[in-house]
Amino acid sequence: MSAQQEQKQTQQEGQDSNSTKVVDHSTSARRAAFYDVDGTIISSNVLHPYAYYAASAPTISGKLGRLFKLGASLPIYALAERKGRKLFNDMFYMNYKGLSEDRLYILGQEIFDNLLKSKIYSEMQALIRESQAQGVKQVLITGNIDTVIAPLADYLGVDDWVANRLEFDQDGLATGNLLPPIFAGPEKAYWLRSYAKEHNINLDESHAYADSASDIPLLCTVGYPVAVNPDSRLKATADAHNWPIINTKSI
Amino acid sequence: MYRPTPSIQRVNNIEYIDRHSGPRVAFYGTRFKELTLPVGSRVIYPNAPMTPLKDVKAAIRHALSHPHQMEPLFALLKPGMKLTIAIDDISLPLPGMVKPDIRELILTEILKQCAEYGVEDIHMIIAICLHRRMTGPEIRDMVGDKIYNEYYPDRLYNHDAEDPDGIVELGTAEGGHVVRLNRRAVESDLLIYVNVNFVPMDGGHKSVTVGLCDYKSVSEHHNTKTMHKCHSYMDPRHDKSQLAKRVDLMGQLVDQHLKVFHIETAINNKMFGGPLSFLNRPERTWSTFDWAKLRASNAALERMPEAARRGIFEKVKAPYGVVAVHAGKTEPTHKRILEANFRQYSVPVKGQAEVLVSGIPFISPYNVNSTLNPILIQVMALGYLFNFYRNMPLIQKGGVLIITHPCHEDFNREHHPSYVEFYHRILNISKYSPDISHLEHELVNNPDYIHMYRKGHAYHPVHPFYMWYWGDAGRAHVGQVIVVGAENPRVPEQLGWKNAKSLDEALEMAQGVLGKSCPQVTMTSAPPIFIADMEA
Repeated sequence: MSAQQEQKQTQQEGQDSNSTKVVDHSTSARRAAFYDVDGTIISSNVLHPYAYYAASAPTISGKLGRLFKLGASLPIYALAERKGRKLFNDMFYMNYKGLSEDRLYILGQEIFDNLLKSKIYSEMQALIRESQAQGVKQVLITGNIDTVIAPLADYLGVDDWVANRLEFDQDGLATGNLLPPIFAGPEKAYWLRSYAKEHNINLDESHAYADSASDIPLLCTVGYPVAVNPDSRLKATADAHNWPIINTKSI
Repeated sequence: MYRPTPSIQRVNNIEYIDRHSGPRVAFYGTRFKELTLPVGSRVIYPNAPMTPLKDVKAAIRHALSHPHQMEPLFALLKPGMKLTIAIDDISLPLPGMVKPDIRELILTEILKQCAEYGVEDIHMIIAICLHRRMTGPEIRDMVGDKIYNEYYPDRLYNHDAEDPDGIVELGTAEGGHVVRLNRRAVESDLLIYVNVNFVPMDGGHKSVTVGLCDYKSVSEHHNTKTMHKCHSYMDPRHDKSQLAKRVDLMGQLVDQHLKVFHIETAINNKMFGGPLSFLNRPERTWSTFDWAKLRASNAALERMPEAARRGIFEKVKAPYGVVAVHAGKTEPTHKRILEANFRQYSVPVKGQAEVLVSGIPFISPYNVNSTLNPILIQVMALGYLFNFYRNMPLIQKGGVLIITHPCHEDFNREHHPSYVEFYHRILNISKYSPDISHLEHELVNNPDYIHMYRKGHAYHPVHPFYMWYWGDAGRAHVGQVIVVGAENPRVPEQLGWKNAKSLDEALEMAQGVLGKSCPQVTMTSAPPIFIADMEA
C-alpha cells in the first residue's frame, strides 16, 4: 500500500479510497525523483483549475458569483502567498466550499483535457521519460488537489503521487478545508522523508524539482535538487548553493 | 609616467631579465598582474602574427576546386543527393573572430556551389560532441544572418550525442575502438567538414570522429590510460600522443564508410584587437600610452564586479587573419594545415625551466560566454599551458608551475551543472584520476544533467571528468602548482595546489619544493599562443 493510500485510510475514514489512484510500477527503485507540479511540470497554478470549476457552475449566478469572488480576492491571495503557502491554502481553498465531491471528480478529467494537458512543459515530460528510463521512481508531490492531479499523474505515467485533499461534509459537499497533511512548504519535505523510509529510497541519490521558494525545504531533502523556472527567491537560493536550474521557457 | 627600461638581452623570442628590466604582464583572469621576475629569468614570447591571406574568399574557392587527393567539390555535388555539412563549434578560435567568421565564408561558398549543382537536401550540424549546445545568437554570429535565417533551426542545428535515434554504430576500428557517429552524417552521400584549426590538437580525423560521436565512442580515447600516454596533446605524432593515434585509427574507419570532404583553415595568432591590441606585442615594444592604457584598464577592471569584467572581454573579438585554407581528404589536408599552425606557433626553446610562471586568462575553449570555473582553471594550467610543447615539457620533471588567477568558485549552472558535483563531491573522494574514473557513470546517469545537455546548454555530464584527465599528464610531471593571488584559497586547496600572496612568496615556496636557492625561472607570455619546440 502506498503512502497516498495509507493517508487516505487513516485520515479520510469513510471516504472513497478509489478517488486517488496510486500506481506503483517500480518495486526496486533506490532512486526517486520528486516533482512539484504547478509551475514545474505545468505552466499553471492552483487558481486555474478552480476558475474552471467556477466557470462550470450549473447556474449563471453561481458562475458569476464564484468568478467575481475569485477575481476580487486575487490581491489578497498574492499577499497571503507572500506570507506563506499555508495561509494561502487556508484562504484559497475556502472557495471550494459547497462544491460537490462528485462534480469535482467528474470535472477533474475535463479540466485536465481542456486546460492542463496543453500546459504541460514538453521538456519536463521528456525529463520524466528520461528519468524513468534510468530506473528512477517518479513521484509527484503537489499542493494542488487530488481531483485535478489524478488525470495528470495518469497521463504522465508516474509511479506515485500525492496531493492535497478537500474535506467533505456528510452531504458530499466541500467544507472549504483541506484534510491534513496539507502539502505546502516543510510538510512536503516531512512527507518525502517518510515516503523514502517506507519505500527504501536513498534520498542522497534522489532528485527533486520545484519552481517556488516555498519548496526549498523539499529541495533541501534530496541530493540532487533542481530549480525549474525558479521565482526570484528560489533562484537566489539556487545561485547560492549552485543547484542546477532548468528554464523550460528559454529552451 | 613610469616606463620600464627595455630588456638588454634578447635572443629571438626569448628575453632575459636583468636588473634594468621592467615588470612583465601576466593575465590574472579578467585582470592583469605586473610581475617583477628575478634577474636571470627568461621570458618566452610568441611569434609575431603571420601575414594573412590577401583574398580569403579566393583562397576558399581555390581550395574547394583544388582539393588534396579528392575530386573538386563541384564534381562531388549531384542533384538529389543527401549532403551534410558539419561545422566546428565556438570553442575555437578564442576569443571569437571579428565578423565574418571564416566558417561563414566557407559555408557561403559551399552553399553557392550546392545551389548551382542542384543540391537541396542539406543539413548543417554543429559538431559539438559533448560540448554545450550553441545558442541561436551564437550560431548566427558564426554562420552569418543569411545562412542562419534560411537554415536555422530545422536544417542548421547542434549534434546530439545522447539522441538514441540519432547515433549509429559504424564498426570497430583497429585496436578494438568502437566508432559511433551522428546518423544524418553517416547516411549522407557526402559529408563536408568545415574546420578552424586553432591549435595542432584540432582538426584531422578528430573533427568528424570526435565532433559527431557519442559518449561511448569518445570514451575510447578520453580516458586516463590514453591521457597518461600523451607527450604532448599538441604533438599529433603517434609516438607522442596516444590520443591522436587512437583518434586517427578510428578516423580511418570513418573514411572507409563515409565520403568526407574536409576543409581546414589555419589562422594567425592576432588574438587581441581594439584597445587591447598592444597585448599582441612584447612589453618592450609598448609605448608609454600602452602602459597607461594597461594600468588604467586594470584599475577600472579592479573596481568592477566579475560579471561586468567578463562582459567587457567577451565583447572584444579577435582580429585573426586566415593564413591557410586547404581541402580534400582528411589526412593530406590536415598535414598542410598543421604545417601552417606550427609556422605560426613554433618557438625554439633550449633547456627546461625549473620554475615556470604563466598567467591564466579569462577564456578557455569550454567557457565561451561563461565563467572559468575551478576545473577549467585547472585544465588551462595543466591541460593547455603545460602541453604547449613538442619533444619535452617546457618545465622540468618535478618543477614548479606558478600561475596567476583569482580562483573563484564561480560555476555557470546553465553550462556546467555537473562540474559543481565533480568539484565538490568527486574531487573529495580522490584527485587521482584512476581512482575516480569509475564514478563517471554516476554523473552520466543523472537524468537532469543529460536533459540539460540535450535540451538546455549544458556540457555533457562526463565533461568535468575529461577536463580533469586532461590535466593528468601535467599533474604527473609537475612537482607543485602554486597560484599567485587566489582570492578564494579553497580553490587551490581543492585542486591540490598551493596559494601564495605574491610572486616573491611563490618563488620562495618553489625554492623549498626544489631544494635550491636560485632556480631557473621561465615565464611564458601567453596568450597569444605559442608552442615551445624544446631542445635539451
